[in-house]
Amino acid sequence: MKARVHVMLKNGVLDPQGEAVRHALGALGFDGVNGVRQGKVIELDLADGATEADVTAMCEKLLANTVIESYSVELG
Amino acid sequence: MKAAVIVFPGSNCDRDLAVAFEAAGADVQMVWHKDTDLPRDVDIVGVPGGFSFGDYLRCGAIAANSPICNSLKAHTDRGGYAIGICNGFQVLAETGILPGALLRNAGLKYICKTVGLKVETSDSAFTQGYNAGDVINIPIAHHDGNYYADDATIAGLQDQDRIVFTYTDNPNGARADIAGILSENRRVLGMMPHPERAADAGHGGTDGTALFRALMGALAPA
Repeated sequence: MKARVHVMLKNGVLDPQGEAVRHALGALGFDGVNGVRQGKVIELDLADGATEADVTAMCEKLLANTVIESYSVELG
Repeated sequence: MKAAVIVFPGSNCDRDLAVAFEAAGADVQMVWHKDTDLPRDVDIVGVPGGFSFGDYLRCGAIAANSPICNSLKAHTDRGGYAIGICNGFQVLAETGILPGALLRNAGLKYICKTVGLKVETSDSAFTQGYNAGDVINIPIAHHDGNYYADDATIAGLQDQDRIVFTYTDNPNGARADIAGILSENRRVLGMMPHPERAADAGHGGTDGTALFRALMGALAPA
């Protein structure tokens, strides 16, 4: 089973990397980009029988820092 | 004073920290991250700077889940002293021993230079050798030193006099210019600047020496 975890900085937490990407897009002439937020995608290859609850536990314990990040889990 | 310095793969300020402790008169033992127990009767645990586990995932995140960090947590839960410097601060934040998190520097650049720090409180074993309001010069060397915590946490730190050092000229975007904070019981210090790199005349500055001497004064057997 595969799971895909998306980790993003929470709304309200300044994302300096996203801001840099936004500036770079503007410099390249891509007008109208009002905001960029950069996150990460973590793909897990899991043994059969793993549940969404298992992946959630992994996120809480290690994959995301919930002080600054939110996460979502996609199974399949 | 018995000190232990934790060594992770990628730590690179572990020996500097040990030398600074020893110069203040401490007995120092190095502890490997896979060890499960801290030395008996240890007075203070040092979590050193560096790039533990290559800063993979998030700075300090993998180190914070090392076996030794369970003992570190138990030590601080019992009221034991600890100091985390740079990557060590990131580890303490990731373990939840200290609140908040360290984000990428606002300017996105790795910064390595000596900065001015204002001592905000002398009410701790770490800072009783300074006067509140003193400005000391201590090097920073980090890419992710931009302290973040939510408004309520920052207000709590301010109300409880737990912000221990602030930058005189904020280099990294840290909220409230925060360079270092204390735990609620004032026995755990996390700071991004490196006092152990300003603890010998050969370093070009000795403003960090007072921190280690003060600790020795507070923790040496009477």
